[in-house]
Amino acid sequence: MEQLKENLKVAIIEALNLEDVSKEEIDNEAPLFGAGLGLDSIDALELIVLLEKEYGVKVENPEDGKDIFQSINTIAAFIEKNQK
Amino acid sequence: METRVLKYAEINSSKAIRNGEVVVDNPSQLIAKEYFKEIYMALDLKYPKFYKMDGLCQLALLATEMLIGDGDYKGDEIAIILGNKNASLSSDKQHYAAIASKENYFPSPAVFVYTLPNIMLGEICIKHKITGENSCFMMENIDADFLHTYVSHLFEADNYKYCITGFVDFTEENYIAKLFLAGSVDSSDSEATYKFDKTFNKIIP
Repeated sequence: MEQLKENLKVAIIEALNLEDVSKEEIDNEAPLFGAGLGLDSIDALELIVLLEKEYGVKVENPEDGKDIFQSINTIAAFIEKNQK
Repeated sequence: METRVLKYAEINSSKAIRNGEVVVDNPSQLIAKEYFKEIYMALDLKYPKFYKMDGLCQLALLATEMLIGDGDYKGDEIAIILGNKNASLSSDKQHYAAIASKENYFPSPAVFVYTLPNIMLGEICIKHKITGENSCFMMENIDADFLHTYVSHLFEADNYKYCITGFVDFTEENYIAKLFLAGSVDSSDSEATYKFDKTFNKIIP
């Protein structure tokens, strides 16, 4: 699980072009949107693509995104639960 | 009052120039992405969204920053009228590459949003809170005659104090931004400015 979280941080930094952010700066529990990394709605769509492309996990209902993309912890839990 | 060119900026693959002074040199011919980052840092910008933009928007944003970044302008007093040749071709190609294969079909929303050239206007407006009229016209090269006519009408018809005009074009291999800040100034106060006429683009040699 910890390795998954570390890989996830690297993938997010790369996919979202977070040039000024290092993986060490991303707290597993910190919110990714709003006050946290300051991600926006396009980033949310990009995260949906990232999960499908890199982890083979589909977010079937976009409404669930709010809960899934809360933090690194919640994304990792979603991947672990749904990855086949 | 008369319309004059108050400032100008140019970014080409060799140099970034503001009012004739070199801001950043590119002697080692860095690729666009790295070179634009150098300019971003030289201008001391703190705008993380910059890194999410495509090349065309980064180029337009940097040239605008060189033009009005250090000034105190009100967004509703500024219009933007630009020309462009290759539209969003670079992002279009990137998007096409992501959807070309049925087996590997992963269009990127972050790329797709930049598949229109007028998005550069939006990015400039967001950064500088500009709410005036903004348009992007397709042209082979900078058409100073057309831009002069359009901008002059704009100053006559609406209550703008300034207009950012010029040409911004980007492909990975070839790019250029030539921007001019036209503004209404008192005729007696036009010493440090340039003539705004149908050949205003010649201000930049």
